[in-house]
Amino acid sequence: MTAHTPTYPLTSGPVLGAVPGGSYLTHRRGILSWLFTLDHKRIGLMYLGGVLFAFFLGGLFAILLRTELIDPAPTLMKDPARAWEFYNHMFTLHGAVMIFAFIIPAIPAILGNFMLPLMLGAKDVAFPRLNLLSWWLYAIGFLFFAYVLLGGILPLPGGFGLDTGWTFYTPYSTSRSITGVIPATLGAFVMGFSSILTGVNFIASMHMLRPPGMTWFRMPLFLWSLYATSVIQILATPVLGITLLLLLAERVLKVGIFDPALGGDPVLYQHFFWFYSHPAVYIMILPAMGVISELVVTFSRRHIFGYSFIALSSVAIALLSFLVWGHHMFVSGQSALANAIFSLLTFSVAIPSAIKVFNWLATMYRGSIRLKTPFLYVMGFLMLFTIGGLTGLFLGALATDVHLTDTYFIVAHFHYVMMGSTLFAFLGGMYYWWPKMFGRMYHENLGRIAAIVVFIGFNATFFIQFVAGTQGMPRRYASYPQKYQGYHQISTGGSYILAAGLVLVAVNWVHSLLRGKPAPPNPWGGNTLEWRTASPPPHDNFAVTPVAGDPYDLRGWEYDPSTGGWINRTEQYTGGFPMDKPSGQDSPRA
Amino acid sequence: MAGLVMGQGGGVWMPVKASTAAEHVDWLFYFIGGISAFFFVLILALMVYFAWRYRHREGGPEHGPEGHSTALELTWTIIPTVIVIVIFYFGFRGYLTMAVVPPNAYEINVNASMWSWSFTYANGHVDNELHVPVNTPVHLILTSNDVIHSLFVPQFRLKKDAVPGRYNKFWFEATRTGTFDIYCAEYCGTKHSEMLSKVHVHEPEEFARWLNEASNWAARMAPADAGKLLYTRQGCFQCHSLEKGVVIQAPSFADLYGSQRPLRDGTRVLADENYIRRSILEPAAQVAAGFEAVMPSYAGRMKDADINAMIAFLKTISAYYTPAEPATRPATQPSSEVLPAP
Repeated sequence: MTAHTPTYPLTSGPVLGAVPGGSYLTHRRGILSWLFTLDHKRIGLMYLGGVLFAFFLGGLFAILLRTELIDPAPTLMKDPARAWEFYNHMFTLHGAVMIFAFIIPAIPAILGNFMLPLMLGAKDVAFPRLNLLSWWLYAIGFLFFAYVLLGGILPLPGGFGLDTGWTFYTPYSTSRSITGVIPATLGAFVMGFSSILTGVNFIASMHMLRPPGMTWFRMPLFLWSLYATSVIQILATPVLGITLLLLLAERVLKVGIFDPALGGDPVLYQHFFWFYSHPAVYIMILPAMGVISELVVTFSRRHIFGYSFIALSSVAIALLSFLVWGHHMFVSGQSALANAIFSLLTFSVAIPSAIKVFNWLATMYRGSIRLKTPFLYVMGFLMLFTIGGLTGLFLGALATDVHLTDTYFIVAHFHYVMMGSTLFAFLGGMYYWWPKMFGRMYHENLGRIAAIVVFIGFNATFFIQFVAGTQGMPRRYASYPQKYQGYHQISTGGSYILAAGLVLVAVNWVHSLLRGKPAPPNPWGGNTLEWRTASPPPHDNFAVTPVAGDPYDLRGWEYDPSTGGWINRTEQYTGGFPMDKPSGQDSPRA
Repeated sequence: MAGLVMGQGGGVWMPVKASTAAEHVDWLFYFIGGISAFFFVLILALMVYFAWRYRHREGGPEHGPEGHSTALELTWTIIPTVIVIVIFYFGFRGYLTMAVVPPNAYEINVNASMWSWSFTYANGHVDNELHVPVNTPVHLILTSNDVIHSLFVPQFRLKKDAVPGRYNKFWFEATRTGTFDIYCAEYCGTKHSEMLSKVHVHEPEEFARWLNEASNWAARMAPADAGKLLYTRQGCFQCHSLEKGVVIQAPSFADLYGSQRPLRDGTRVLADENYIRRSILEPAAQVAAGFEAVMPSYAGRMKDADINAMIAFLKTISAYYTPAEPATRPATQPSSEVLPAP
C-alpha cells in the first residue's frame, strides 16, 4: 500500500467527521445527493425509508381489518354493505402492500444492498446505476399503489381502492371487480422489474467482486442466500410480469385469456400466478435464513456448523421452489395425478429447511452465547419458523390440505413463515447491523423487551388462527358465524400487543439515531468483512481491499471493554487496518 | 381454550366428523400433529437448553470450539426425508378415496353464483340448500355462473372450487344426520362472507319424502307466496332489498313494479311484467341508472312459473299496484309449514 491512501480511524464512535471525507452519511449533503446517489449504502437507506413506510401502511390495514373482525356485525362501519367493502379492501391492500412493497424488498434491498458490497470488501455493487434504477422503479411502483390507496378516498379515474385479494384471481379481477385493478397490477409489474434488476446486480457482484481469499465456499452464508434469492428473482419475476400483462389485456382489451365468458380458463391464471408467487415465498424466506446464519454464529461465538450444508440447502430450496406451485391448486380441479406429484415435490422442500434448523441449533451447542437483542430474534425465528414449517406438512399432505386450504389455518401458516420468520430475521438483522449502518448503538434492554412483546403479540395473534382454521373458519370473510368470535377476539387482542411491540422497536431506533451511544467498528465480534471498516463506513467502504479468510473463524477477536467493541490482534485479520490503536491516531499501514 | 370448543361434539382442533372422508383426514391430521409436536418440543427444548447452558459467563471462554459432523448432517437429512415420504403416502392414500367417485353415487349439480348456491336434483328440483341422504355416496358436479367459488363443509372435511367454464367433481358419504354449514371458501367479491348455505343430512326415506314435497312446493302455493320464497331461494335477497330505498348491491324491490325506471343509457322504461321477465333472463339488457351490469342471467334457473310467481310477489310490495279485489285473495300458508323442517 502506498502512504497516500487515506486512513480511517476505526476504534472510536461517532465517526461523523472523524474520517477524512466523512462517513457515507455526510459524504455529500442535500436531498439530491440522496435521490441520485450511486452509493449502495445510501440506496439501502432509501429502501429502508420506503419499505418501513410500506410496513407502516400494511400494518395499519392489518390493525383496521382485525378491528373490523372483533365482532361479526359491522364494527368500524355503520352498515353491513360498507363493512364488507371496507374489509375486502383492507385485506387486499394489506396483502398487496406487505408482499410487493415490504417483505420482498425488505431484506435483500435494505440489508442486502447495504451489506453485500461490504461483505465482499468491495466499494459498491457491480452496477451502481442499475441499483439506483431499481430503487426508482420501486418508488414508481409505490406511486401506483399510492394511487390505488388515494382512490379509496378520492374519486380518481380507474376505480377506487382494491378488493381482489393480492392474488388478483380471475375472472373476478378481470371481469367483475370495479376497483383499481389496473393501477395495482401496473404497480406490481413495475416493482417486479426493481426486483429483477436487484437480482442481476447481486449475482454479478458476487461473481465479479469477491476479494482475494474469498472462494465460493468462503462466502458468508448471507451472500449464499442472496445468491439463491437472486436466481429466483431473475427467473420467476418475469413470469409475474407476463401474467399481469395478460390480466391487463383481458381487463382492458377484453382478450379472452382467463375469463371463460371470453373463452379463457381461470385456472390457467392460477398456474401462471403461482409459478411466480410460490418461488416468491422463497424470495421472502431465503434472505431471512441468511441473516439467521450470520447472527447465530456471531452471538453463539462459534463457527457455523455445517457451512456447506446450509449454503447448498439455500440453492436446493431455490431450485425446488420452481417445482411446487401446483400445491396452491389442490382443490381447484387440477387432476389427481398432478396433485400427487405436486404434493410429493412440496415435501422435498421440507428437507433443506430441516437441515438448516438443525445446523443452527448445533451451532449454539457448546457456544458462548450472548443473549443480545438480535439473538432474541434468532430464537424467536427458530420457534416461529419451526411452527410455520411443521404446519406446512399438514398443507402439503393432500387429504388434510383439502380441509385446511382457504381457511384460517393457511392464514396462520403463511404468517408464521412470512411474517414470523422473515419479519423476525429482518428485525434481528436490523438491530445487528444498525450500529454499522448509523454508527450508533441502540438501547439493549428496550430492544430485548420489544423483542419479547413482539413475540408474545405475534403468537397471540396467529396461533389461535390455526385452531379457527381447523374448525372451518374460511379466510377473507368480512363477517362470520357467531361460533368463531372467540378466536377472532383473541387474534385481534394479540394484534394490538404486536403493534405495541413494533412501536417500541421504532422508539428504540429513533432514540438511537438521536441519543444512541457511538458504535465501535465491530460491536459484536463478527468476522465478516463489513466489521473491518468504520461505523458508519466511509463513502468508499474500504481504503484497501481486505483479504478474506474463513468468515466464521471468530477466534482472532477479543472483547475490548474500553471501546465496547471487539478488536483483532492478529495482523492478517485487519484488512489493512490496525484495529487496536486508540481513536484518532492515524497510523500508516505497512 | 375449552370455552372455544365448538358444539356438536367436536374437539379443540377438528369439528365433529360427519363424513367417511373425515375419518381419513382426522387420522392423518393427528398423525402429522404428533410428529410436529415431537419436533417442535425437541427443537424448543434444545434451543432453550443451549441458550441457558452455554450462555456467556464472566470469565468463561470467549468462543466455542470448532466442530463438524458428517454423521449428524446425514442423520438430520435422512430422518426428515423418511418422515415426509410417509406423510406424503398417507396424504395421497386418503386423497385417492376422496378423488375416486364410487359407482351409483347420487348425483347433484351445483351452480355457484355471486353470492348464492343452487343445487339441482335429478328430477329438476332446484334448491339453495343441499339435502342429502345419510350413508349414501353423493356425487356433486360443480360449476359457477360468474367467478370462482368453493364449496366447503368443515364437518365433511371437503372442499372443491366451483370454476366457471368447467365442471369439478367430488363426492362424499355423510355418516350422521343433521344440519351443517356450507361456506364459500374462495374469495368471490363483496359478499363472499355471506355466501352461506346449509347441508341437511336425512335418513333415506325422509330424504325421498323431502324431495317429493320440495319439488312441488311452488305449485301448491299462491304465486305471490311462491315468489316470496323464490326471492330467498334464488338468492335475490343477496343484492335486492325489500325495503324502499335500501340498496345492497342493486335496486330495491320495494315499489318496483309499475314504476318508471330510469336506465343507465338515459332512457326510461315502465317496470311491467315484460320488463321484469327480461331483467331476470337478460339482466344486462336494461340496466337501471346508477348500477353496474353485474347480475347473472337466471335463464334455465327459473322456470316460467317461477317468473310468474316472482312478478306476483313484486306486485304485492309495490305501491304502484292495487289489487282489484284484495279481499278475494286466498289466505296461504307461510313457507315453513309447506316444507318439512330438516
